[in-house]
Amino acid sequence: MNDKVEDATGGRETLPASWGETLRTQLEAGETALAWFSPDLSQDLQYQSSLLVLTHRRLLQGTCPRDQKHLPAETTWHSWPLSDELLLRTRDRAGLGTLELIGPNERLGFWRYTIGRTQSAHQFIDRFESLVRDGKDGPDSANESACPSCGAVLLTARANCAHCSPPSASKTASSLLRLSRFARARGGMILLGFLLTLTSTAASLIPAALTEPLVDRVLIPFESSGTGRYSTVLWYLVAMTAAYVLAWLLGWARTYVLAWVSERVSADLRNQTYSHLQKLSLEFFGGKRTGDLMSRLTSDTDRICNFLSINLLDFATDVIMIVMTVCLLAYRDVYLALAALAPFPIIMWLVQFVRYRMLRALQQGSRAWAAMSSVLADTIPGIRVVKAFAQERREVDRFRATNDHVLNVNDRVNTIWSFFGPMTTFLTQAGLLIVWGVGAWMIFDGQRITVGALTMFLTLIARFYTRLEAMLRMVQATQRAGVSAQRIFEILDRAPSVPEPIRPIHPTHLEGEIELRQVAFRHGSRSILSGIDLSIRPGELIGLVGPSGAGKSTLVNLVCRFYDVTDGAILVDGVDIRSYAVSEYRRHIGIVLQEPFLFYGTIAENIAYGRPNADRSEIIAAARAARAHDFILKLPDGYDSLVGERGQALSGGERQRISIARAILIDPKILILDEATSSVDTETEREIQQALDNLIQGRTTIAIAHRLSTLRKADRLVVLEHGAIAEVGPPHDLLKRSGAYSRLHRAQMELVAGHALQ
Amino acid sequence: MSLESIKKGLQVTARTQESPNHQTTPAFGLSLDAWGRLVLIDAEGLRHVGVEPVRAFPLTDPSHWISLCDAQGREILQVPSLETLPPAVRQILEAELAAREFTPVIERIVRVSGEISPSDWDVETDRGTTRFTLDSEDDVRRISPTRVLITDARKLRYQIPDIRKLDVASRRTLERFL
Repeated sequence: MNDKVEDATGGRETLPASWGETLRTQLEAGETALAWFSPDLSQDLQYQSSLLVLTHRRLLQGTCPRDQKHLPAETTWHSWPLSDELLLRTRDRAGLGTLELIGPNERLGFWRYTIGRTQSAHQFIDRFESLVRDGKDGPDSANESACPSCGAVLLTARANCAHCSPPSASKTASSLLRLSRFARARGGMILLGFLLTLTSTAASLIPAALTEPLVDRVLIPFESSGTGRYSTVLWYLVAMTAAYVLAWLLGWARTYVLAWVSERVSADLRNQTYSHLQKLSLEFFGGKRTGDLMSRLTSDTDRICNFLSINLLDFATDVIMIVMTVCLLAYRDVYLALAALAPFPIIMWLVQFVRYRMLRALQQGSRAWAAMSSVLADTIPGIRVVKAFAQERREVDRFRATNDHVLNVNDRVNTIWSFFGPMTTFLTQAGLLIVWGVGAWMIFDGQRITVGALTMFLTLIARFYTRLEAMLRMVQATQRAGVSAQRIFEILDRAPSVPEPIRPIHPTHLEGEIELRQVAFRHGSRSILSGIDLSIRPGELIGLVGPSGAGKSTLVNLVCRFYDVTDGAILVDGVDIRSYAVSEYRRHIGIVLQEPFLFYGTIAENIAYGRPNADRSEIIAAARAARAHDFILKLPDGYDSLVGERGQALSGGERQRISIARAILIDPKILILDEATSSVDTETEREIQQALDNLIQGRTTIAIAHRLSTLRKADRLVVLEHGAIAEVGPPHDLLKRSGAYSRLHRAQMELVAGHALQ
Repeated sequence: MSLESIKKGLQVTARTQESPNHQTTPAFGLSLDAWGRLVLIDAEGLRHVGVEPVRAFPLTDPSHWISLCDAQGREILQVPSLETLPPAVRQILEAELAAREFTPVIERIVRVSGEISPSDWDVETDRGTTRFTLDSEDDVRRISPTRVLITDARKLRYQIPDIRKLDVASRRTLERFL
């Protein structure tokens, strides 16, 4: 379905090619297709392709007979003339969407589709609505993130559509090849390492080659005729020793050089993966387990390093050795060489046989290992909860279960390997016996070779097969490293879902005026925010209230550009925030979260996190404004005290004030307070509130709060309900109205009164 | 008692000073009373008895940002820099700060028991030889590439201002923990 045809509207949207022709036959003169939607299920929920087309006059529906979607000629068509009594609406539930056409008296038709097409369905409805209600075609809302070939919504962080692109095949080998991108930077050293490998291997073959003249020219003449002297043997021994010493020295240099290179390649890989990870949006981290990500960055890169420095090195040596041996053998005697190499193809076939089994088992192993680290990453930070609920036993069992899984998978690997290893040893021995048999026969059969040649053959072939055996171990290592490389590239291949604009605007100074225009945000098929219209003056304090799940946090996340809006736009100082350079835009935003996060470091470093070059007087001023100065002075090391994990224990209120100081220091124009005071007691809340009052001076502030009392000073309150704005206005006015806010307010007052009565 | 007479009673008085960051230290006076308590008289002439001087950056910048706090730990005023104080005030302040600090300088590490924590350390310091227990490697903290601070199990601190000045054996011992 990759080839597509442009429709009559000038190529704004493309239609699946198989529909293009047959649709044209249906259109009347002067009628053009404005928008289309392709439901992918039939009414009884079987996969079936159909098409809805919107024109200026009609809504057209084409349905393919089931299982014959490649014969569009048999398509059945149906149409409804447009009128303002028609209504299109959609419902979705559990991955299944239903689009309904409602007439004045009855439902005229309905279509079913899978979750992937939800966004296209919404766009289709929007076009329909604007055409029917306003009589004109609405703005072309063709969304860039819809797949051009099938109309399915692209998962935000992916470049190509999962519906159309072929299922990903095993890419381990190509992942390893992609490592060469990192190796290129160290090309010189790699070349040096390779040359050293070549020479050291050649040097180590010299003694074997010397066995032939030793036997034929010295030992056998002496045995048969008593001529020759022992000193000649000594000369051979000296030459052999020299060759071995040379091989040792070269091997030393080679190992050092290649280990140096591989250590750097894997360090580069780690750095690049981590810096890429930092660019990915929160959405990515939300869907990943910390333990898994950490194991990718640490153990997977380490495995690659080991592979490059040890296995690949050995492999290269072995390949060179084998090629040289084969050349040497063939040079001496082609027939004997062929006989000696007879088991070689069998071994190679075995390698292939084992490869696929190993690959699958190893991938499973990697996943099992990641699952095990995830259990640790889960429970060690959550140890208080575990202990409080006395669930140590259960956590141990949970760990044991994942560990058992690791055990099972490794057992499978070992089963394959234990059969495979001795099998190759056996074949190696068989190879030696063949050389003995054939060689002896050749000596008896008219002295076609000498005893010395046979000795040399035996020495070389023994080496050949031992190296071959070692080379097969490489299979396991390659597969392991391939899987690791794949897991790392999985991160590197992920495009940041908050893309940097091509020609970014660099905000130097912001006023802090925020305007939300018809903002909508959908997560998968779930609509979280829709139709949000709000403009916030510079310096205004906006309180965001509403029940949990109303979309408050999502709204501020959109303003921070942690995610991008699905529809509509957010403008700051009249410019769409998507046109600003992401990190420069965020520099103008201060955030104080419910759970302040302190990094491991000194208090001064934590306060200066957003502006590392701030001088000490600024840090102190920020801490003073955040009412943190006095308690910091009470700590043994003052501003030099260590906090964060492993650091000084601070109370929730103290940590919050440090995070407020952090926000004050960057002097943001826009400030987000996400439940900044809800995790502390009322006394601490008062202190934090004073700190916040200092902070919000002269800044556009959006504050989310559950306790409505904390928002008394707000200029305006925005009440969100079910992802839409229910009410907007100053707190007093809202209280007088008997709307959503006064309802919330009353509920809280009753709660407080209830507490007072108890 | 009038404001004037209080001021006359002061032994030393600091005038408004320029700090390195062009912040000003308000005029204040500092003295020790008969009970050895530090007495501060601020710009408004208010007398604070039992003032505690605190360094805001005791490790990274000990000679700047000295806070004078009351008994409850609330800051009364802050001295941006010791250097700009009149010598007499500075002398009192530095003496008071020194009397509140006990961070022996380790000059030699004689012996460390065992490879694994907790370990007992026998050290020679500028205040004599002592033995302390180190709970974990995390308590050996590198402040700068050459400066190290060690916190023992009882939260007493020891410093090594420059590890390069330690003898070879001590340095080798220390490096196991860095």
